[in-house]
Amino acid sequence: MSDEYDNNKSYQAQSSEVMDGSAGSANPDIDYVRPAEVGEQDLYHGHSFIEKWVFCQDAKVIGVQYFLTAVFTGIVGLILSWLMRLQLGFPELAGFMTAEHYYQFVTMHGMIMVVYFLTALFLGGFGNYLIPLMVGARDMVFPYVNMLSFWMFFVAVAVLMASFFVPGGPTGAGWTLYPPQTILEGTPGSGMGILLMLISLSLFVIGFTMGGLNYMITILQARTRGMTLMRMPLTVWGIFTATVLAMLAFPALLVSAIMMTLDKVLQTSFFMPTILKAGEVLEYGGGSPILFQHLFWFFGHPEVYIVALPAFGIVSDLISVHARKNIFGYRMMVWAIVGIGGLSFFVWAHHMYVSGMNPWFGFFFATTTLIIAVPTAMKVYNWILTLWRGNIRINTVMLWCLGFIVTFVNGGITGIFLGNVSVDVPLSDTYFVIAHFHMVMGIAPLMVIMGAVYHWFPLVAGKMLHEGLGKWHFWITFLGAYSIYFPMHYLGFIGVPRRYFEMYDSPYMTSAVGMNEFISIAAFIVGAAQFILVFNIIKTLKTGKKAEQNPWKANSLEWYTSTVPPEHGNFGERLPVVHRWPYDFSVPGAKDDFIPQTTAPSEVIHTEVEKT
Amino acid sequence: MHAGIIFLLVIIGSVLFHIFTPWYWTDIASNWGGMDDTITLTFWVGGGVFVAVCLFMIYCVFKYSHKEDRRAEYKPEDKKLEKILTWATTLGVAALLAPGLIIWNQYVNVPKNAIEVDVMAWQWGWQYRLPGADGKLGTTQVRNIADNNPFGINPDDPFGRDDIMVESDVINLENNRPVKILLRSVDVLHNWYVPQFRAKMDAVPGTVTFYWFEPNKVGEYEVLCAEYCGVGHYAMRGGVEVQDKADYEVWLSEQETFEQLSARYEKLNVDGNKLAKK
Repeated sequence: MSDEYDNNKSYQAQSSEVMDGSAGSANPDIDYVRPAEVGEQDLYHGHSFIEKWVFCQDAKVIGVQYFLTAVFTGIVGLILSWLMRLQLGFPELAGFMTAEHYYQFVTMHGMIMVVYFLTALFLGGFGNYLIPLMVGARDMVFPYVNMLSFWMFFVAVAVLMASFFVPGGPTGAGWTLYPPQTILEGTPGSGMGILLMLISLSLFVIGFTMGGLNYMITILQARTRGMTLMRMPLTVWGIFTATVLAMLAFPALLVSAIMMTLDKVLQTSFFMPTILKAGEVLEYGGGSPILFQHLFWFFGHPEVYIVALPAFGIVSDLISVHARKNIFGYRMMVWAIVGIGGLSFFVWAHHMYVSGMNPWFGFFFATTTLIIAVPTAMKVYNWILTLWRGNIRINTVMLWCLGFIVTFVNGGITGIFLGNVSVDVPLSDTYFVIAHFHMVMGIAPLMVIMGAVYHWFPLVAGKMLHEGLGKWHFWITFLGAYSIYFPMHYLGFIGVPRRYFEMYDSPYMTSAVGMNEFISIAAFIVGAAQFILVFNIIKTLKTGKKAEQNPWKANSLEWYTSTVPPEHGNFGERLPVVHRWPYDFSVPGAKDDFIPQTTAPSEVIHTEVEKT
Repeated sequence: MHAGIIFLLVIIGSVLFHIFTPWYWTDIASNWGGMDDTITLTFWVGGGVFVAVCLFMIYCVFKYSHKEDRRAEYKPEDKKLEKILTWATTLGVAALLAPGLIIWNQYVNVPKNAIEVDVMAWQWGWQYRLPGADGKLGTTQVRNIADNNPFGINPDDPFGRDDIMVESDVINLENNRPVKILLRSVDVLHNWYVPQFRAKMDAVPGTVTFYWFEPNKVGEYEVLCAEYCGVGHYAMRGGVEVQDKADYEVWLSEQETFEQLSARYEKLNVDGNKLAKK
C-alpha cells in the first residue's frame, strides 16, 4: 500500500458538481425514509426559574448539572491527590498528615474519580446532553425520571462529602473497600465514614439506574426517522454500550454495599469470617472476604469500560471530524465496542490473581483478558488509520485526541503485563498498577473529556473557547501527566508497594525518593493547569468570540439544531430526517468536504458515496 | 508541526528512559526468573507496538496536516487490512499469553519436596510455624489462639505437637530448597511479599492460601505487606534470612516446638498456682 494517493482523482468530480440542492424533488425514491411509527412526545416546558434551571426536565440542562456536579467532585479529588503527593514527595512538609489522613485521602480520591467524577461525567454529563441531540430526539423518553436521576446523584454526592465531617472522618479502606478491614477498627473511618460511603454508593446506583434507563430506551426507541443503529455516531454507541454494562454491573455493587452495611450494622457475616482482634474473638463467623471481591470486581471491571467506552466513542467522532475523514472501519468500531462490552463481564478476576481465590481461575481469566486486547487494538488501529491520508486540523481538540492515543496505547500495553497472570504476580499491588490504571482510565479518558469540552463548548455555550489557552492547557496537562505516570511504572519494577504512607528506609526504596519528589512536582503543576480551562471558560463566556452554527463543519445532528445553543425540544418545528451516517467527510464529488446526515441523496447525486 | 515534534520527543524520551533508567528490577533471589523474562518479552513486543503506533500517528500529523486545497481520502473500510491487523494482533497476544500461562502452571503446582511454612499474619505483624520431625503441620483454628497456643493449633491434632514455632517476624529459609508458603490471617487481608522473590499471595482470614518459590541467594531480605490492611499497613514489615543448609539446621535446632512451649506454660501455671497458694 502506498502512502501517496492521487489527489487529483478525488477532485475530478468536483468540477461537474452542480446538483447540490437543485435535484431535491427530481428523484424522490432515492430519498425515501420510512415514516415514523409513533407520534411526537409531549414536552413539559418549565415556566419558572426553578423549573428551567433547578428541577429541570430538559436533558441538556440535566447534562450540564451532572457535568458541573461531577467537576466539583473532580476538583475535590484533585485536591486530595495533591495532599497525597505532598506526603509521598515531601513528607517533611506534610507534618499535619497522619497515616489515617493519608489513607482517607487515597480512598476518597479513588472513589470520587472513578464513580462520582468519570462515570457521572461521561454518562450523566455527555450522555444527557448528546444522546437526544445526536439521535434526533426532542428529549429523553422519561424526562421526569431523568430529573430525579440527577437529584439522586446530587444527594449521593452530598452524603459522600458529608462523610468528611462526621466523627472519625471518611472511610480510609481503599476505594475497593475490601472487608474485613473496611468495617473494623484499625481502618480510619470504620464507623460513620464507611456507612455514609455505602449509603452514598447505593444512592448513586439508584440514581444512575433512572438515568441509564433513559439513555438506553431513548437510543432504542426515540431515534428520528432514518437514524438506523448503524448510522449512529460512535459517541452514542459508546455511551449506549456503557449504559448497558452499567445496568448489569451496578447491581453487583448495590448488593455488596447492602450486604456490607448489614455486616456493619447488624453483625451479619456475609463477608466476615472468624476474626481475632485485640485478643478477642469477634461476633462474626463463616463469611467470605473473597466473595466481596468477586462481587466488587464483577462491578469494578465493567466499570472500567463504563468509563472507557464513551471515551472511545467520543474520541472516534472528534478524530473523524477534525481529520476531515470518515472514521475508518465504522462497522468494526461498533462491533469492537459491543464485543469489548460483552467480554468485560468475563475478566473481572484478573484483579484477583493473588487474592487467594482458587489459583486455577488464573488460566481462564488471563485468557479472556488477553482476548479483550484484540478488539481494543483494532480500535487503536482504526483511529490512526483515520488520521492516515486525512486532512488533519491540528487544533486543541485534535491535540487532546492525539494525547489520548499516546496515553491510551501506553496504558493498554501495560494492561497486557498485568492481565497476563504470572507477570501480574510480581507487579500487582505495586506502583506499576497505579501507573497503569491512571494512564489508561485516568489520563486517557480525561484527554477525551477535555477534547470533548473544547469541541462541544461552542454548541453548549454558543461561544468559541480560546485556542491559545487551550493549547497551553493541553501541553502542560499532557506532558505533565505523562511524566507523572510513565516513570512511575519503574517504581513498580523496584517492588515499591502501593498504599504505603511512608516508605521507610528499605534499601531498594531509597532510590525512589528522587523520583517521588519529581512526580509530586509534576502532579502539582498538572493539577494547577486545569484552572487554565476554568479561566478560559469564564473568559470566553464574558468576552469570547461568538460561535457560528456548526463551527467545526461536522455532520452529526447536534450541530443542526434550530438555535445555538439548542433550546428545549432541540429541533424546532420538524424533527430532522436522516439519510446517511455521520462520517461523510471529503466525499469525492461533493462541493464541501462534509455532507450532513440530513442531506438527502438526491441533493448530492454526483458524489461517490460508498456507505450511507 | 510543533505538535508532531513534541510528540516525537516524548516517544524518543520514553525509549531513552527505558534504556538508561536507574530504576529497574531489584535483583532476583528466587527461581521466578521466568516472570522477569516474560516481562522483558512483553516489553519488547508491547513497547514495539507502542512505538510503532505513536510513530505512525506522528507521521500522519506531519504528512497530512490541514491544507485548504486538499481533501482527505474517502475510504470507509478496508476489509483486507482489518483482517490482517486482527490476525497479527491475535498472534502477538497469543505469543505473550503462552509463556504467561506456562509460568502460572508452575506457580500453582508446588514441588513435592517443598517445605511448608505457615505464615500467620495479623494487624500488624507476622509469625511463622514449621513442621516438626513428622513433616506435617498441625491443623489450626483462630478460636484456639491463646498465650500458650500462639498459632491456634488444635490440641487434639497429633501432627501439631512437634510443630516448630518461630515467634518472631523473621523466618530463616534453607537456600535452594523450595518453600511452600501457607498463608493465613487472624483478622484482615494481608500479603507476604519479598520483592526479591517476585512471588506473592494474599492471606485471607477464614481460609489458607499458598504459593511457592525457591530462594537461591543467601542473604537477608525484607518482607513487606502487599495488601492494604488498615492504618499500620505501611509499617507491617518482617524479614527472611536465607541460609545454607548447615547454618539453617543450627538455627532450626534452636527453635521451640509446640510441645515444649505448652510444657513451659504448664510449668508457669503450676508455679503461678503455687505462688498463689502461698
